[in-house]
Amino acid sequence: MSKSLKKAYLWLIILFLYAPILVLMVLSFNDSRSRATWGGFTFRWYIELFKDRDILLALYYTLAIGLLSSVIATIIGTFAAIGIFGYKKLSYSLVKNISYIPVINADIVTGVSLMLMFVFLGINQGFFTLLLAHITFNIPYIIFSVLPKLHQMDIHVYEAALDLGANPFMSIIKVVIPEIRPGIITGFLLAFTLSIDDFVISFFTSGPGVTNLSIEIYSMARRGINPKINALSTLMFVVVMALLLIVNKRSASNTEKKVRRDI
Amino acid sequence: MSDYIIQLNNISKVFEDGFVALDNLNLSIKKNEFLTLLGPSGCGKTTTLRIIGGFEMPTEGEIVFQGQKINDLPPHKRKVNTVFQKYALFTHLNVFDNVAFGLKISKTPKNEIKERVREMLNLVNLQGFEKRQVESLSGGQQQRVAIARALVNRPEVLLLDEPLGALDLKMRKDMQIELKKMQEKLGITFIYVTHDQEEALSMSDSIVILNEGIVQQIDTPINIYNEPKNAFVADFIGESNIIDGTMLQDKLVHFCNKDIPCIDTGFAKNEKVDVVIRPEDIDIKNLSDAQWTGKVTSVIFKGVHYDITVESSDGFVWLLQNTDRQYEGDTIGMSVDPDDIHIMKKVIDL
Repeated sequence: MSKSLKKAYLWLIILFLYAPILVLMVLSFNDSRSRATWGGFTFRWYIELFKDRDILLALYYTLAIGLLSSVIATIIGTFAAIGIFGYKKLSYSLVKNISYIPVINADIVTGVSLMLMFVFLGINQGFFTLLLAHITFNIPYIIFSVLPKLHQMDIHVYEAALDLGANPFMSIIKVVIPEIRPGIITGFLLAFTLSIDDFVISFFTSGPGVTNLSIEIYSMARRGINPKINALSTLMFVVVMALLLIVNKRSASNTEKKVRRDI
Repeated sequence: MSDYIIQLNNISKVFEDGFVALDNLNLSIKKNEFLTLLGPSGCGKTTTLRIIGGFEMPTEGEIVFQGQKINDLPPHKRKVNTVFQKYALFTHLNVFDNVAFGLKISKTPKNEIKERVREMLNLVNLQGFEKRQVESLSGGQQQRVAIARALVNRPEVLLLDEPLGALDLKMRKDMQIELKKMQEKLGITFIYVTHDQEEALSMSDSIVILNEGIVQQIDTPINIYNEPKNAFVADFIGESNIIDGTMLQDKLVHFCNKDIPCIDTGFAKNEKVDVVIRPEDIDIKNLSDAQWTGKVTSVIFKGVHYDITVESSDGFVWLLQNTDRQYEGDTIGMSVDPDDIHIMKKVIDL
């Protein structure tokens, strides 16, 4: 009795969490403009989606910003993590925690403050500011994917490279980065996911003519109900979900392999 | 002067937390020498090696390499190579690329790299392992890759930081012999760090015994074993009976309630000394001929010999090693030849 109750409770929670998305997915295949009636199965909205120039442009910006920002953030974040790793105890925890603050900061605060800074500096908002904003919020995630791998790494591996004649920079490029590569890739995927996913910060930092998918969906929803939104949202959900699954799987197998060093 | 390849002059190392790892270390290492730094953990042996490798800066003193001061030379510019304790192999590279790493960095021509790596893998008995991933190798094989990776660069000096520590006994013995052979064949100076006294005795040309950052003795293995300079060395190298004694006059020492003839001279009259006797140097005698008698309290079979502990009537517990079996509870007689008694100045504790 109690066992089936437990099970029912679990299913209730899952239903609660996923029912909205399920409804969205079902409606994206609904051959009727109304959300209340089922007009039969169709791919119409998906086809229309890919005929819509605005949406395609937004898709282009989303992918461009996503790729560029996560590549740049990965480079900056990886070197930052290596630098932080090299600090002595006190500065280590200080710098580490300072880099962590942006992660727990509310998106709206990050978005508004970035916007204010761009205005203050007189930078016209558009693609460039959107890119800068995405790089900014992605860097901490890279640092926190890479740092644990650095702790797992045998520090003598770096010394061995020096010992064999590589200068410090070469040793980092040829030995340290390959050793921590799983962490870097995980960080990159996470950053890419977060960039595709972001609405709030993008909303405040992009400018006229530049919109990503989430902003596009938001403005479409304001103009009126369009089933294309369902199709687009479904696609975004599937992509983000897939990426997150990959990230989770990677970090799970990373932690299984080795025990982390505590600081 | 030019006899020495490395000289450490008045080297001290104090870590940030105030720990004194080395205290005024002076050490001159000859070309082609197999020198072992031996001591308990925390004695400063690894720190010494890391200072030579360039991974630690000495707080004071100078490092001289082939007549030139190299204190400020970074590790990648020093003509030494290191075999690290846990091998520190590059797990993203295969065996060939691990060994070739240093040669590629120094932009050696490709054909020569191939040739030298092959030659080196032959030397360490890893022919045909070129394409293997290092993580798929056994501990002993990884060890050989680490040695090959260092030696392929033809360093003037090879630094080895407890390289055999992670291997099992049998493999350790085999590798000891192989390492010694390699060193003789290649004519490279080896500086070897270990806490295993047997390993040090069997491989080295000279041994440096360190304790708490201070050199206790630098000598050949035979002299270290037979003529330990103080009670610490005697105790650390093999097992020893260390007994409080008083020097009555030259060649006569009083300990364990007896005046015993010895061969040491030059002590002050009635000077307090440490008397050191190796367990295998104590002879078992008839009760009437013996210098001391005592009751056997334990007998442990060790393969070649028995470890026998004997408590004499004054309460001192002796350790004897003898190939003849004794029985617990028996009373036996013990004697020591004068030249097996080693008299040492007391180390004054500050």
